[in-house]
Amino acid sequence: MARVVVDVMPKPEILDPQGKAVTGALSRLGFSGISVRQGKRFELEVEGELTDSRLDDIRHAAETLLANTVIESFDVRVETAEVHG
Amino acid sequence: MAPRIGVVTFPGSLDDSDALRAVRRAGAEAVSLWHGSADLQDVDAVILPGGFSYGDYLRCGAISRFSPVMGEVVRAAGAGMPVLGICNGFQILCEAHLLPGALIRNDVRTFVCVDQDLRVETASTAWTADFTAGQEITIVLKNGEGGYVADEETLDRLEGEGRVVFRYRNGNPNGSRRDIAGISNERGNVVGLMPHPEHNVDPLTGPTTDGVPFFTSVLSFLAAKV
Repeated sequence: MARVVVDVMPKPEILDPQGKAVTGALSRLGFSGISVRQGKRFELEVEGELTDSRLDDIRHAAETLLANTVIESFDVRVETAEVHG
Repeated sequence: MAPRIGVVTFPGSLDDSDALRAVRRAGAEAVSLWHGSADLQDVDAVILPGGFSYGDYLRCGAISRFSPVMGEVVRAAGAGMPVLGICNGFQILCEAHLLPGALIRNDVRTFVCVDQDLRVETASTAWTADFTAGQEITIVLKNGEGGYVADEETLDRLEGEGRVVFRYRNGNPNGSRRDIAGISNERGNVVGLMPHPEHNVDPLTGPTTDGVPFFTSVLSFLAAKV
């Protein structure tokens, strides 16, 4: 088993109301000078060997379902090539 | 025989019953369609209703888009069948790439529920033929993620091709780019909008009946096609 992480973020030009709300809350709590954009992290446990074609499949899955590329960008990275149980 | 207009129920749909009722009031036969069935039951038009299909998990409309019924809706839309997406239905149409752009969280960061003033920008769609361009109407708007966004090029194309169908008047309630409340595809058979015309068909339950022409328009469109 390998763990692949897909990070999805709103594109820079897209308004991020959630990030703005968090930014405001941090500021009210005294954490100044911090600007937040909020995205999503997906952890994928992948069965079998993580070949290049398997990774391509995962990129395709991310583009098809996990991210809406009209408004979001995504990044696929292998966190653990092999997880020993 | 009255045209058959289908309304899809997804898990989490809320306004399917109102949409079916609006269809009946307009004089059509209302047909309930189920998200898990690829059978459109020979309907002449399809409405994707409002609500929170699949709990809005992942993104609004992102999972509904891949439901069995949507494969058929996409195919039928490509063949010219009228399709109307209301609120969550609009979000599904964007996720399904039947319409360009996407809907994001309201810039005001709150759920908005108001009687919204709109301008009908074009009568040249299957769902607005009974309006006149420039007509001002009031339709209830209720959503948390109704901010319409698309890149500048897409927005320019929509404006240039007369595909901005509705625009917000007297204030933009959710941060939608260029005050866009609804758009259509190139052929004008697929229309999506955030406001809810199915709630404005009865004087008992709304300040206007401005929603009625949506449902009579598609009947005129279908009659003209035969």
